[in-house]
Amino acid sequence: MTDVSDVLGTHPFFFGLSAEQLDAVAGCAAPATFDAGVPLFHAGEEADGCYLIVDGDVALELVAAGRGPHVIQTIHAGDMLGWSWLFPPHTWKFDAQALTYVRAVRFDGAGLRAASDEDTDLGYTLLRRFTQVIIDRMQAARLQLMDIYGDPR
Amino acid sequence: MATLVDPVAGAVMAPAWTRVRTVTKELGDTFTVALEAPGGSFPFRPGQFTMLSRFGIGEIPISISGDPADPSSLVQTIRSVGAASLALTDVAPGSLVGVRGPFGVPWPLEAAAGRDVVVVAGGIGLAPLRPAIHSVLANRDRYRRVCVLYGARTPADLLFAGDLHTWRGRFDVDVMITVDNADHSWKGSVGVVTDVIRRAAFDPASTTALVCGPGVMMRFAAGALLADGVAPHDVFVSLERNMQCGVGLCGHCQLGPLLVCRDGPVVRWSEIAPFFSIREV
Repeated sequence: MTDVSDVLGTHPFFFGLSAEQLDAVAGCAAPATFDAGVPLFHAGEEADGCYLIVDGDVALELVAAGRGPHVIQTIHAGDMLGWSWLFPPHTWKFDAQALTYVRAVRFDGAGLRAASDEDTDLGYTLLRRFTQVIIDRMQAARLQLMDIYGDPR
Repeated sequence: MATLVDPVAGAVMAPAWTRVRTVTKELGDTFTVALEAPGGSFPFRPGQFTMLSRFGIGEIPISISGDPADPSSLVQTIRSVGAASLALTDVAPGSLVGVRGPFGVPWPLEAAAGRDVVVVAGGIGLAPLRPAIHSVLANRDRYRRVCVLYGARTPADLLFAGDLHTWRGRFDVDVMITVDNADHSWKGSVGVVTDVIRRAAFDPASTTALVCGPGVMMRFAAGALLADGVAPHDVFVSLERNMQCGVGLCGHCQLGPLLVCRDGPVVRWSEIAPFFSIREV
């Protein structure tokens, strides 16, 4: 894939959108790259967008004073990263850092919200698809919490 | 004259006593014990188990984790969680251990020939799958794509790290490892094994999946495989139950219509799925 339009035209997240809707989404999108070790965002900063990872791996981290960063989850090629832009107060809750060289499409959060308000069918479709991402992450987090590989006694 | 115990079944109830060759600590509570093969040779099929015992302490079912191409040694990996498993891991070379078996239905490696093979292991569930991986890789040209997907608790809890490293170095097998928790020094994947299934490349219409791990993990792994399009009858899981006789006589390991020691431990997901969500079983 060579540009943002290729990514949007082929990624399942955007399947079924009309040409006009894809144009609206593409208007909020721009390519982004990160070298390994470079942060995509930090907890507490304004969540002003989200990232569709095209290549590479990203670590979602929680930093606790005195304990260092703890990797909560890794995000990989094809995954959508970030939903804090959807809801107030639009603030990142975790750190994200590139584990490898990362190629991504960055979507402007304010632009996506405005496009969704203008075309509520688009907004509903995007909300359903981001909700699926959130559900998948929540179910994964529940399994991690169960510590299923821990001592069975 | 009628006898209480079938003489053939009675014979398999008597353990063969054999000596421990080596004990290798794999993880904090998990050990691989290599035994002299009873009778000098102990052929088995990947996925089968034995009943191992220490005299006067107890007998438990343990999956065989060694290479089926080497029947001169019986290799079993044991997690020490109770009196019998502690006694079987706290042994010195030369100690005597009782062995019955091998028992049970193996992984369907013959039926998987010509298809993609997806191995999904969680935690110590890699042990019963290790002979299958050895066998598949030894006969690599019989299979199409081969994926080994492994989930563990932390990077320090990766079982058979040396094997994983070797398998990852091969060009003809996709090895994907994920852990539930990690600090910043781990550069691999963090997340549950179901996420890895989603990322693995295989043809769901022609895939045989071999799954072993904790019950919850197998349930969600099977769900992820089915969501990807793998048919329920092409997903095989290895069940862990309270096996005692090992030959379908005593009924302790009954799960629904199955006696797991005889009809399993490897069963099709389509046969067993309804029982995975019943609290009472």
